[in-house]
Amino acid sequence: MGILEVKGVNKRFGGLQALGDVNLSVKENTVHAIIGPNGAGKSTLLNCLVGKLIPDTGSVMFDGQSVLGCKPHQINQMGISRVFQTPEIFSDLTVLENIMIPCFAKRDGSFRLHAFESFAQEKDILEKAEAILEDVNMADKRHMHSASMSRGDKRRLEMAMCLVQEPRLLLLDEPTAGMARADTNNTIDLLKQINDQRDITMCIIEHDMHVVFSLADRITVLAQGRPLVEDAPENIKGNPKVQEAYLGEVAA
Amino acid sequence: MDAFILQVLNGLDKGSAYALIALGLTLIFGTLGVVNFAHGALFMLGSFCAVTLQRILSLSYETIDETQLDFLGNPLKVKSTYIESWLGKDVGLAIIDWSVPIAILFAIPVMIAIGVIMERGLIKHFYKRPHADQILVTFGLAIVIQEVVKYYYGANPIQTPAPDSLSKALDLGVMIGFDPNAIIYPYWRLIYFFFSMTVIAGVFAFLQFTTFGMVVRAGMADRETVSMLGINIDKRFTIMFGIAAAVAGLAGVMYTPINPPNYHMGMDFLVLSFVVVVVGGMGSLPGAVLAGFLLGILESFASTAWATSLLPGINQIIIYLVAIIVLLTRPRGLMGRKGVMEE
Amino acid sequence: MLGLNFRDRSLFFIVIALTVLAPFILNPFPSESSLAQFNAGYPDLMQRFVIFGIFAIGFNILFGLTGYLSFGHAAFLGVGSYAAVWVFKLFTYNVLPAIILAVAVAGLFSLLIGYVSLRRSGIYFSILTLAFAQMSFALAYSVLSNPKFNLTNGETGLQVYADDPQWLHRDSLPDLPHLFGLSMRSNYQLDIGAWTFNFNVGYYLCVVIMLIVFYIAIRLFRSPFGMMLRAIKSNQQRLNYTGLNSRPYTLAAFVISGMYAGLAGGLMAAMDPLAGAERMQWTASGEVVLMVILGGAGTLIGPILGAGFIKYFENIFSKINDQILHQWFAFLPDGLEDFLVFIIHPFIGKGWHLTLGILFMLVVIFLPGGLVEGGQRLGKLFGRRKKTEDAAKDAANTPAE
Repeated sequence: MGILEVKGVNKRFGGLQALGDVNLSVKENTVHAIIGPNGAGKSTLLNCLVGKLIPDTGSVMFDGQSVLGCKPHQINQMGISRVFQTPEIFSDLTVLENIMIPCFAKRDGSFRLHAFESFAQEKDILEKAEAILEDVNMADKRHMHSASMSRGDKRRLEMAMCLVQEPRLLLLDEPTAGMARADTNNTIDLLKQINDQRDITMCIIEHDMHVVFSLADRITVLAQGRPLVEDAPENIKGNPKVQEAYLGEVAA
Repeated sequence: MDAFILQVLNGLDKGSAYALIALGLTLIFGTLGVVNFAHGALFMLGSFCAVTLQRILSLSYETIDETQLDFLGNPLKVKSTYIESWLGKDVGLAIIDWSVPIAILFAIPVMIAIGVIMERGLIKHFYKRPHADQILVTFGLAIVIQEVVKYYYGANPIQTPAPDSLSKALDLGVMIGFDPNAIIYPYWRLIYFFFSMTVIAGVFAFLQFTTFGMVVRAGMADRETVSMLGINIDKRFTIMFGIAAAVAGLAGVMYTPINPPNYHMGMDFLVLSFVVVVVGGMGSLPGAVLAGFLLGILESFASTAWATSLLPGINQIIIYLVAIIVLLTRPRGLMGRKGVMEE
Repeated sequence: MLGLNFRDRSLFFIVIALTVLAPFILNPFPSESSLAQFNAGYPDLMQRFVIFGIFAIGFNILFGLTGYLSFGHAAFLGVGSYAAVWVFKLFTYNVLPAIILAVAVAGLFSLLIGYVSLRRSGIYFSILTLAFAQMSFALAYSVLSNPKFNLTNGETGLQVYADDPQWLHRDSLPDLPHLFGLSMRSNYQLDIGAWTFNFNVGYYLCVVIMLIVFYIAIRLFRSPFGMMLRAIKSNQQRLNYTGLNSRPYTLAAFVISGMYAGLAGGLMAAMDPLAGAERMQWTASGEVVLMVILGGAGTLIGPILGAGFIKYFENIFSKINDQILHQWFAFLPDGLEDFLVFIIHPFIGKGWHLTLGILFMLVVIFLPGGLVEGGQRLGKLFGRRKKTEDAAKDAANTPAE
């Protein structure tokens, strides 16, 4: 039994079958990649997992609980964090404040009216935030305005914001999309480092084969909204079905 | 039944004004993505175009008529307008009498010029700024325009009547088989309704059948793609702003006989027109027109003695009430597209 | 001390000093001199400074922190005023219960409106609040003022009449709003030489209350709650995916700012026991938006500066007339004098709103951070100039050594 169980999920947009009978099982402490050509339904699937979309039929269970119909903040409180395709951070806030917010969310839940305490005196939150900044080598930037950082740093910050919540499942939506090769490699290293240091389950949606094969323990291939194969990376490479659906597109 | 028709008719003129203003607001919002709080001021400026033209036409000089004496026994001073002395008494008087319809010709170039200057001089710099900034700067502009008008024209409403021959009322009831005097409707309101329908049809035809309109519609749907095609969309948007200003201005010109213009009429109509746009669906032109008429008629029904005896003052809050209900149940409005102004 | 860091504490003390000493600061000119028209140390004007300061501080909590632009906050101010006057009419002229009820009623009212309006964001939110405010105005102006049920007394405005019950009123108490017998109108006039200074009980009550709520606002800005509100302005999507529910945060901010508005309305009624519908009109909401933007949205001191600035110049500009202008420019040749007066004429007296509109546009266009940003830029400019001067001095000094 995996930590995330997707069973028989269907999603239609008008006449388009975006997802058809998708089944997926993500085992704890593994890196599971979902790949597929453009329009295969990867993003739709992810949006169904985080509460942005609700599937027409099927079930999405996280650790034995259904996430269907839950709001994004509720799903996050259940232990699923999400990294966006383009880094989503609080760009008007400093780096340290960016990290403190998920710490508060973890400690106080989705709402607490702590309007009269000073956040500068929240010792435990500050310690936690400083520690994670050390981990991702950003301690020297802690008082920087996060809007003025490079894209790579923003990505790093976003990851740190997710990690500080100690999520049980980390969802990554094309974390290297639009990145230069060097940045992509840095991101891979960061993800590897995270994976080595912590017991964390990751689910990556990715276009870039290089990223997928350097990280994933297990791969699901989607094509036209349907799961084609699920297997270990070394078997995926040789699978003729995958080559037809995926690499065929490249060859054409 | 006759009472019902009468209320529908009564709602049409206000509805026409709402529809025209809302149409302009939507054009600007849809093409330029700007929330224009100064649009009511444009409507008001249109009204004052009519006032100004009437004043220009009525410019007069004094002559002394030796043949007549006033009550003190002095020779009578006679005021006569220049236009009468140039074109003869009959033509001159007729032109003054018809100054409101004539003001349409005067208002179109003036309003387009004002619109273009506004867009090039101010709005252009706010395309990339947040909506809140756009609201604020146009709000400031509206205050400025309003105060300038107040300075030159005073704070009181200015009577600007319709031509004499059109000031009468029509017994519409007889024409469709009711008793005489059951449905009495002033000519000018009927004219206003047909005039606004013509303008609306003109705008839609323009957008539908010209290449220019096609590009603008494409730009409304997807601005980035169109600008990538190498079409100078910005220039077209400037023209679009001019057109929207002209539409608001025309609505104002023709509205003067119904509602004597004052400096704050723009703000009064603006708030309601925004509500109309939201009810119709942000970015939807047919929605703006439909909602304009619907709300105008609804307001007219709420003003009946029956409705006000049921709930006093319902006529003043009905539009807001409807807007709140619509926004909460159908956030996109009656005909709004997906993805307009949503997070 | 006070749970504030050094900078906030200094700011707080500056505000205390300014407000407490305002009767002196605002009356710098001898009362008989020609410059006396620039004095602003009159009780009713000073009260307005502080009351609108409170209104603006509250509005800034919503707009400055979360970025939600409400065009309907005047409704809460109006509701507060009505509530306070009703307390005067039914119970007592003591201002304390009136103010407390004003805050409570405005809080409830804003909870209701906020709950509905905050289901939408951006421009939709602005228009919803606008619609609610205009509706409240119409309700107050006509709907809720009919012989059967007269809650607002319509056009005339709600006021206290001699035949009102005032159950808790005793003859020994003043027949005006008072605080446990101390009349809001009682005034101590201090004459020092040619100068006159007014110390008014009502004003100092407003000051004490403003200092309390300003302190609360500082704490709120520095709290985790304030941080969340800033995060909402910055990236609401990220906040939701970080496990925080933005709705109760914005609603709390909305209600708090509504209560500030109600407090301002209650104080207004306490200074002058009447309440009119025009206080609720959307142009009145627009005025508080102007104050906050002009002062600097999202800053602590900005709203106070903006409110003081607008109310001060409103007063001064309305007083200037052509005659005064002619006096000022008397030293110029006649033609030039007349020309200058002609140019300036539209902007003074009744033209104050024109000046305000232009000023506001200029601020939005060139100085989005308002007066506070302007001050910072000036500070930087002088700072840099000082540095370069120092550098120049150093350069000049070096060869001499």
